[in-house]
Amino acid sequence: MKVSLFITCLGDVFYVNAGKATVELLERFGCEVDFPETQTCCGQPAYNSGYRENTKAAAKNMITSFAHSEYVVSPSGSCAYMFHEYESMFEDDPVWQEKAIKLKEKTYELTQFLTEVLKIEDTGSEFHAKATYHTSCHMTRLLGVKEAPFKLLSHVKGLEMVDLPNRHDCCGFGGTFSIKMPAISEQMVDEKVEHIEETEAEILIGADGGCLMNIEGRIKRNNKPVKVMHIAEILNSRGEV
Amino acid sequence: MPMHIGEKEFTNRVDKGLGDDFMRGAVRSAQGRLQSNRAGAAEELGDWDQWRDLGQEIRSHTMENLDFYLQQLSEKVAERGGHVYFAETADDANQYVSEVIAKKNAKKIAKSKSMVTEEIALNDILEENGCEVVETDLGEYILQIDDNDPPSHIVAPALHKNKEQIRDVFKEKLGYTNTEKPEELTLFAREQLRKEFLSADVGITGCNFAVAESGSFALVTNEGNARMVSTLPKTQITVMGMERIVPTWEELDVLVSLLTRAAVGQKLTSYVTALTGPKDEDEVDGPEEFHLVIVDNGRSKMLGSEFQEALHCIRCAACINVCPVYRHVGGHAYGSIYPGPIGAVITPLLGGYDDYKELPYASSLCGACTEVCPVKIPLHEQLITHRRNIVEEEKKSGLAERLVMQGFSRVTRSSKLFNVATKMAPFLVTPFVEDGSIVKGPGPIKPWTNIRDLPVPQKERFRDWFKTREKGGTGHGQG
Repeated sequence: MKVSLFITCLGDVFYVNAGKATVELLERFGCEVDFPETQTCCGQPAYNSGYRENTKAAAKNMITSFAHSEYVVSPSGSCAYMFHEYESMFEDDPVWQEKAIKLKEKTYELTQFLTEVLKIEDTGSEFHAKATYHTSCHMTRLLGVKEAPFKLLSHVKGLEMVDLPNRHDCCGFGGTFSIKMPAISEQMVDEKVEHIEETEAEILIGADGGCLMNIEGRIKRNNKPVKVMHIAEILNSRGEV
Repeated sequence: MPMHIGEKEFTNRVDKGLGDDFMRGAVRSAQGRLQSNRAGAAEELGDWDQWRDLGQEIRSHTMENLDFYLQQLSEKVAERGGHVYFAETADDANQYVSEVIAKKNAKKIAKSKSMVTEEIALNDILEENGCEVVETDLGEYILQIDDNDPPSHIVAPALHKNKEQIRDVFKEKLGYTNTEKPEELTLFAREQLRKEFLSADVGITGCNFAVAESGSFALVTNEGNARMVSTLPKTQITVMGMERIVPTWEELDVLVSLLTRAAVGQKLTSYVTALTGPKDEDEVDGPEEFHLVIVDNGRSKMLGSEFQEALHCIRCAACINVCPVYRHVGGHAYGSIYPGPIGAVITPLLGGYDDYKELPYASSLCGACTEVCPVKIPLHEQLITHRRNIVEEEKKSGLAERLVMQGFSRVTRSSKLFNVATKMAPFLVTPFVEDGSIVKGPGPIKPWTNIRDLPVPQKERFRDWFKTREKGGTGHGQG
């Protein structure tokens, strides 16, 4: 099965290990992974800030970059969902709208692809730690991927999963929200970190670069002893430390 | 700007909210309770999503045919001997109500809870005219006693106060001597209010839903105060937003069920009162004279616009009860009597972007609001639509932001520029790196790094790794 990786800008620049793990994981399950090099950013920061016109060029670039892909897989729920927004963005442009719909239909978030397309729940992974999982808002509420990460993590040997209290609350990232409303965002991320600490987990796992960057950034600033990891890194682990 | 509350500046209001630990404690505990009650009541219904679909369908059909149903409603009210007045503006509504009250030479007005009368600031006008206005909803009563503290929530207006604060208000203003036990506080308020009901000249109510087919209107309460307000005084005035209408009793049934479950997690509230016109000759209870004031005040501009769905709102506040931003800043920070996600959508529509342009940004777009809305209003999407209007139509976004976004657009449209920019990034940020993180970022990064670390852009980006790997022949990609 041919899979094109939509790495996301944060994945390309900051979370390279999560990207590597994603490639290795997909290959382990027989996927032929390619990386269309013309991809940039999905445009979400501009789109969600109200700059729809400024987002259209990015959207067209992404649509073209993945035009020939069979499947598009992304290690980020909110970026994968952004491809769903392109359809309404081109409501006055039927040619691009049709292309946008095609892209949307073949795009999957990583855990969604593993469980829905590859029909895998047990990745044969091993990772020894006590961990908790942060449910990202766009991935669960907009993309509708709710159970896949939990199913996959439940099969990881050695991994003790603890429920994160109030897990459905936003971590306070919200893209440009974290920059425009820093005082409110700070309270939200602090509340999230408090709940993470309550679990006494060593690792916080997530499936969205934006949320992880926010939570990890706050954890580091306050020197909390919690490590933040992308779910691809856990699922790609074979017990090595 | 009658619906405005608190200080003018948004940031001052937010800071005040964030600094109020009592308020935040009260809001956090109320939200927790309301969220779990709502979830329980929704689950109990079995097929909650289908109920939401039905709710959405009813509201959508009603708004599409609003002119017809308003016409039918006013004809039916008139047939039953009631008076109907369409108020285009807040001033029109206030003037009409004032005239009715003046004609009756009324001095004391008893009111049951009504957000639309808060919106048009009716109490201020009536008090200016020399009337004594008594709010009889317990929450509203507490706020009124507390020097007209504004509501911070559309269902539980005094949500920002805890029971100790309420005890202190009663003690200071009314000589209350008992404890902060809710039963004792409520009993005391009942005793005070009973006198007011019996001596009021005019009763003013809001309206949860008007029923077009019979010219009736329904009030949903847990205290029974609306029933007192609508039966004891000889003259009754009901004020409704023009969208608060259902075609028939059948739709009323569905929407009341959605409302009470979504709002407070109850199958039904203690009282659902439905009234039709003034009392008949053979009836004992009810007003001798009945006026229905239907308020537009900016709503008709929403009809046919991209915000029409905001008119579907049934004022349950489920969106407010799940909103994490609301939890931290509280209702007053919104500067409007309509707070939370629905407030951030409708306040700029009713009050304009000049005064409320920050509200659509007071959301992380987490979508919790959209997920719980019992009539499926896409609230977070409407906030993005507002942002788009502010940026693209009103041109009200700041210059620095516009420049950043233009730069973003240039870089993301071209893989070459993106490549150069991401390649250069690790070198550009070098002066700001400490212990492997960016801790004091420049320019637009500053608000981020003021409170969090930012990871350092990697010199070997993912795309570099992938390319090297391909060249090394270990990958299978086509590049």
